[in-house]
Amino acid sequence: MDTNYLKNFYKMQETETSKVEKNPTVSASLKVPPSERFREAYSLHLADNTLILAQGNAAWCGHGPILEQDIAITNISLDLIGQSRNFYQYAATLIKAQEGSKALFPLGEGVGGEVTEDSLAYLRTEREFKNCLLVELPNGDWAQTILRQFFFSAYQFLLYEKLQHSNDEQLAAIAAKALKEVTYHQRWSSEWVVRLGDGTEESHERMLKALDKLWRYTGEMFVPANYETEAGVDVSLLKDDWMKKITSVFEEATLPVPEKAFMQTGGKTGTHTEHLGYILTELQYLQRTYPGADW
Amino acid sequence: MQESNNLSLIESLKAHPSEGFGEAIWKILEQVTDPEIPVLTITDLGIVRDVKIDNTPLGAGGIEVVITPTYTGCPAMDMIAMNIKLALIENGYSNIKITSVLAPAWTTDWMTEEGKRKLKEYGIAPPHFTKGSADTSDLEIECPQCNSKNTKCISEFGSTACKALHQCNDCKEPFDYFKCH
Repeated sequence: MDTNYLKNFYKMQETETSKVEKNPTVSASLKVPPSERFREAYSLHLADNTLILAQGNAAWCGHGPILEQDIAITNISLDLIGQSRNFYQYAATLIKAQEGSKALFPLGEGVGGEVTEDSLAYLRTEREFKNCLLVELPNGDWAQTILRQFFFSAYQFLLYEKLQHSNDEQLAAIAAKALKEVTYHQRWSSEWVVRLGDGTEESHERMLKALDKLWRYTGEMFVPANYETEAGVDVSLLKDDWMKKITSVFEEATLPVPEKAFMQTGGKTGTHTEHLGYILTELQYLQRTYPGADW
Repeated sequence: MQESNNLSLIESLKAHPSEGFGEAIWKILEQVTDPEIPVLTITDLGIVRDVKIDNTPLGAGGIEVVITPTYTGCPAMDMIAMNIKLALIENGYSNIKITSVLAPAWTTDWMTEEGKRKLKEYGIAPPHFTKGSADTSDLEIECPQCNSKNTKCISEFGSTACKALHQCNDCKEPFDYFKCH
């Protein structure tokens, strides 16, 4: 069994914008042409987005401003973990379909485990994660967590609305199911944006600070990565509707919609902020320390 | 020898057409309850989508129960799958496979009237019929204690993913509302 296949797989993805993708030796070492593997990369991107945001939100457990909202944010976290499980399971299925059902995920030092939703979540390195930068930004205060959730939910809502009609049946099914949950997330977070933006002087000030911190990371969601284009998803088309949603909620919240600004990108292709490393250290601790631990 | 065991059971059930063998399995499933809301069975909730016998990935004598999750991240689903398996084993069946499907997505429309009645009796307001709308804030949700429609939504997220928290303005009781989905 070739345990190096994942290494090749990721090498290919890391370099999707550069030379190695065109290097015939690397392509030839894969069983399937690179374009076929973009579905896996795309599923992993969707999974990583939801897992990383869920991890951030879950840290509010026991720390929410009041009990009901503590429950709300952790419920949202739970929904997102559920979505990420579905996407990871699907990615694992796709990998196995290409590499054989006994495909192994390298656990280091010649130890390999089956490719599963867990190995994909717990054993990939920072550079292999394909989530948007927005979701890995720190929780900050309640205002920052709320605004991060609102920006992402508004994006997810538009994305899943389209994805539920995908010709990829499994992605369509996951999206159709998750859309119902995201509808709640979007409404809940936009209500909080209004409450804080149009609240007290203090809460308004905090929203402005959060906006200043987060805004430059929102543009990346609408810049297609190679695997999105290959998977037939044009996220740039969602931008206008997203802006409309943000503008209408911000108006009610008496918050200014920022002028054109520089937008940071990189997360989707593995170049992350320093924050992701810390998140993964915590998230992956157990499996890194005790490879293959089970209960 | 597990398979032959099922086969003989299925054969004997087939021999009694008054109680179809599929029907017998459905009857067992009707006894399996939701771990979060124990008054509801999984058939009340509409979680069980299909029961396949013989014609399953397990081959002849196999039983496949197809279920669908209520919410994507519902932690009760693993337990429900296990409880289904246990209930069937307790009744002498073996060679069982539980398959989870996502499409079509579960909706509260699949909850039976009996299920809604039991929910209310238990103190949880049943889902208000609003297909295609997840908005609970403007609905007149009936208080399960005093039946008043003068109630308000406290939080759209409650003790489990499927519930929201409401309060009755008349009897002042807070109560769970099973969200439309």
